Amino acid sequence: QTLRLICTTTAVQRKNVGASGPEKYTEAFIKKQIEEFNLGKRHLANMMGEDPETFTQEDIDRAIAYLFPSGLFDKQARPMMKHPTEIFPEQRKIQWGEDGRPFHFLFYTGKQSYYSLMHETYEKLLNVEKYQDQLLAQGLPLQKEKRNLAGSRWLTKIELEEMLLEKLSDDDYSRFIQLLQKLVALPCADMEEKYIQKFSKEVPVQLQKVVIEPLQYDERGVAFSTGEGKRKTARATAVVYDNGTGKITVNGIDILHYFPVLQDREQLLFPFQFLDRIGKHDMVCTVSGGGRSAQAGAIRLASAKALRSFVTEKEVEFMRQAGLLTVDPRVKERKKPGQEGPRRKFTWKKR
Amino acid sequence: DDKLLSEPLKHPDFFSVKELFTLKDLFDARVHLGHKKGCRHRFMEPYIFGCRLDQDIIDLDQTMQHLQLALNFTAHVAYRKGIILFVSRKRQFCHLVERTARECGEYAHTRYWQGGLLTNARIQFGPGVRLPDLIVFLSSLNNVFEPHVAIRDAAKMSIPTVGVVDTNCNPCLITYPIPGNDDSPAAVELYCKLFRMTIIRAKDKRRQSEAVEELR
Repeated sequence: QTLRLICTTTAVQRKNVGASGPEKYTEAFIKKQIEEFNLGKRHLANMMGEDPETFTQEDIDRAIAYLFPSGLFDKQARPMMKHPTEIFPEQRKIQWGEDGRPFHFLFYTGKQSYYSLMHETYEKLLNVEKYQDQLLAQGLPLQKEKRNLAGSRWLTKIELEEMLLEKLSDDDYSRFIQLLQKLVALPCADMEEKYIQKFSKEVPVQLQKVVIEPLQYDERGVAFSTGEGKRKTARATAVVYDNGTGKITVNGIDILHYFPVLQDREQLLFPFQFLDRIGKHDMVCTVSGGGRSAQAGAIRLASAKALRSFVTEKEVEFMRQAGLLTVDPRVKERKKPGQEGPRRKFTWKKR
Repeated sequence: DDKLLSEPLKHPDFFSVKELFTLKDLFDARVHLGHKKGCRHRFMEPYIFGCRLDQDIIDLDQTMQHLQLALNFTAHVAYRKGIILFVSRKRQFCHLVERTARECGEYAHTRYWQGGLLTNARIQFGPGVRLPDLIVFLSSLNNVFEPHVAIRDAAKMSIPTVGVVDTNCNPCLITYPIPGNDDSPAAVELYCKLFRMTIIRAKDKRRQSEAVEELR
């Protein structure tokens, strides 16, 4: 029979969290966790009746969601089974050996990886300068190929922190970037190209050229093209035919009957009027949602988009500058609490 | 094991440190040049030979003695596998000092000194940290021309210090001061070379002695 301590003092129970610091996971611990995870994966596959060899992470997630249904809102709080490298954050292992001597020569600075990075970069800088001096002494000209800086950016502070596994301050980060820029600015920096590439990332070119669709031809041999437009809540699709008389049909109804008001019909005709093609095209459109004016605006945008295929690039640019191809971003503003409408406040009473 | 440790202590110059440098080497490396008379520190007056055109000249005979004592001490520390930390806050020589430390297999700190590195080491690094057994200052002032914080911290933690003191430095708390120039590149390169050679010699001697002991 063992004696068990039943009552303890509060001093014993209180853990001195400040002194211990963050927990360090030893390599052996992580290895054991990985073995247990793989064993557990095979057991789970057997339980679900699937093949243990081809059991992917998605299958594991589905199996866990089925076996342990949880109504908790936060996805991170629900039971999960993931590879230990994803659960235990990557941490620095203990920095010194058995005799107490630290492994890294800059250990006593506190930020060893950051300062060793600065040391290496400065060494590369010195090497490049020495090489330049040698070239100058021999009288050879220095190469001046300019690196394309437009498509690349330096690593952000967070990415650098992840790379070094150490916290950095803004000052440290800016100093490192300045050093890199100094290195890149030297004419013979090409010999350290590989080292610099570790710290630069490609920025994908964001220009997206709008592709103008080519003309399509229907059974009679008449060219046509389609366009879509929207305005407020109205959505419209328009099909513009070539060799026409200027007839426009909306939802199967002629525009004179669909849009009694002159203003809406003017909106529909504006793209054709702008391109001087009033009597040359036929149009059939469908529209839904919104009100009278919104539907008119939506059809105007749709027809302008369809007309792009019939017209030269210069005229497309003119249309764009006239505002025919831009979606109108104005929508109904929401009502706010404490006010009667989006902007109107309640009547102010003096007493 | 006891014999290994007590053997070097019986000889005054077990590692023959005197052969590493001569007075002429120190003179050629411009170690004798100090700062101007107005920058002179009161406690450096015993080490100053004289003053020429307002510039202080350091007494190289005293420098020889101090340097020999200091190198002997570092050699003994390195022989007993102590941790040596090189400290210098001169931006010009930061890379040189770090390179010297790396080649010796010892440690360097030429960057901004955080407050509690030595005094608060348990919390900064971890519970089982081992502090340096010797701190070598290649420039005992920091960038604001005040005595480096590490001198005071080492004295607090009972860590012996070796330091190059110039005519504007305070040699008080340093156990083995070396009066000499700390601003010229030639002088600092000479010091780095001397320290590197002593440490490598001491470590080689240690390995030889251990090999001899194992053979017995």
